[in-house]
Amino acid sequence: MPAVANPRACVVEIGGIPISLRTDDPQFLDLLCQRYGGFLSSSRAEFELDFDLTSAAPASDEDVRVRREGTEWLLDRGDFRARWDPRTGRGTVRQNLNPYSLDSVLRIVHSLVLAERGGFLLHAASAICDHQAYLFSGISGAGKTTLTQLAPPDVTLLTDEISYVRPGSNGFSAFGTPFAGELARPGKNCAAPVAALFFLEKGAENRVDELPPSEAMRNLMRNILFFAEDRGLVERLLATACEFVSRVPVRRLTFYPDPRVWDHIRQWQEVGVHA
Amino acid sequence: MPEMYIARSSAIAARMLAGEMMVMNSMDSTFFTLNEVATAIWQAADGSTPLREIIEQRICSQFDIAPEQAQEDAEQFVRELSQHGILLVSDQPLRDPLAPEER
Repeated sequence: MPAVANPRACVVEIGGIPISLRTDDPQFLDLLCQRYGGFLSSSRAEFELDFDLTSAAPASDEDVRVRREGTEWLLDRGDFRARWDPRTGRGTVRQNLNPYSLDSVLRIVHSLVLAERGGFLLHAASAICDHQAYLFSGISGAGKTTLTQLAPPDVTLLTDEISYVRPGSNGFSAFGTPFAGELARPGKNCAAPVAALFFLEKGAENRVDELPPSEAMRNLMRNILFFAEDRGLVERLLATACEFVSRVPVRRLTFYPDPRVWDHIRQWQEVGVHA
Repeated sequence: MPEMYIARSSAIAARMLAGEMMVMNSMDSTFFTLNEVATAIWQAADGSTPLREIIEQRICSQFDIAPEQAQEDAEQFVRELSQHGILLVSDQPLRDPLAPEER
């Protein structure tokens, strides 16, 4: 059972990376515990973020800026400002009570940790079907949420918005995240090896098409959440993306929006047309 | 006509995948894939070899492209990449930003 060791903090573990979120504000702590309920953990935190809450201010549409200053990362957007030092594992976040700001800060910190560790966050839905994870990416409106809504009961939703991918002992694995999109439902806190990445398009029939490596890379890079202005980390991310495209089947999935698309995905997996 | 010298920016990361060069700008995360011909130009962009010479030695000799067409295509490619900060362009030789520091 998840435990809250410190009454002013909770540990949120996403993708196997526990981060302690600390605050003096009981209302904010409640918000944290509710928002990340399925991801609270009793693990020892790898990183700690102290929240310094400001008076209410509107969420910002400004672009986020993430840059290195000495050993620290500085995360800056209109609605939050954060500093985080990966060497000490500690950081501070100044923001208001807005949960979207909180999600953004967590996503950026995870994207930085993942980039160093050979993984990435992807603008994609993901789900486990027959013990294997499938990622479904594409532009807004391509059908990520539709596809997850059409999933049969034995399919486990990992996320309908932000997929969490990191290398494991046997290839890449996808983890559930609490970051929800239109579905407004957090993913399940579990993981499975990635069997394929599909770029979605709605169409008149269900079809899976090969993608040349360069097109697969272009689509992948377009959808990876990465904000840091840092050449070393960009080199690492590029190497990870090339490794992913080399090892994981990346396809275009044209689908007609009804539940039969999931039969098609299972058939694709069983027939092994990707082999 | 003055010579054109090209060098790769130090702000980029590049990696070869299936015969094509993947290039990413670390300042704004823009991403490009270069085809075979563009990759050859990219690899030869050392800041000291004129573009004309790169085209003669690396493009026309290896790919079936007429020199005039190759020059026109290469100049367009170089202009595009320089606008995105991927390539540095000058009418004077440039030090290759990716080369080791001289002592």
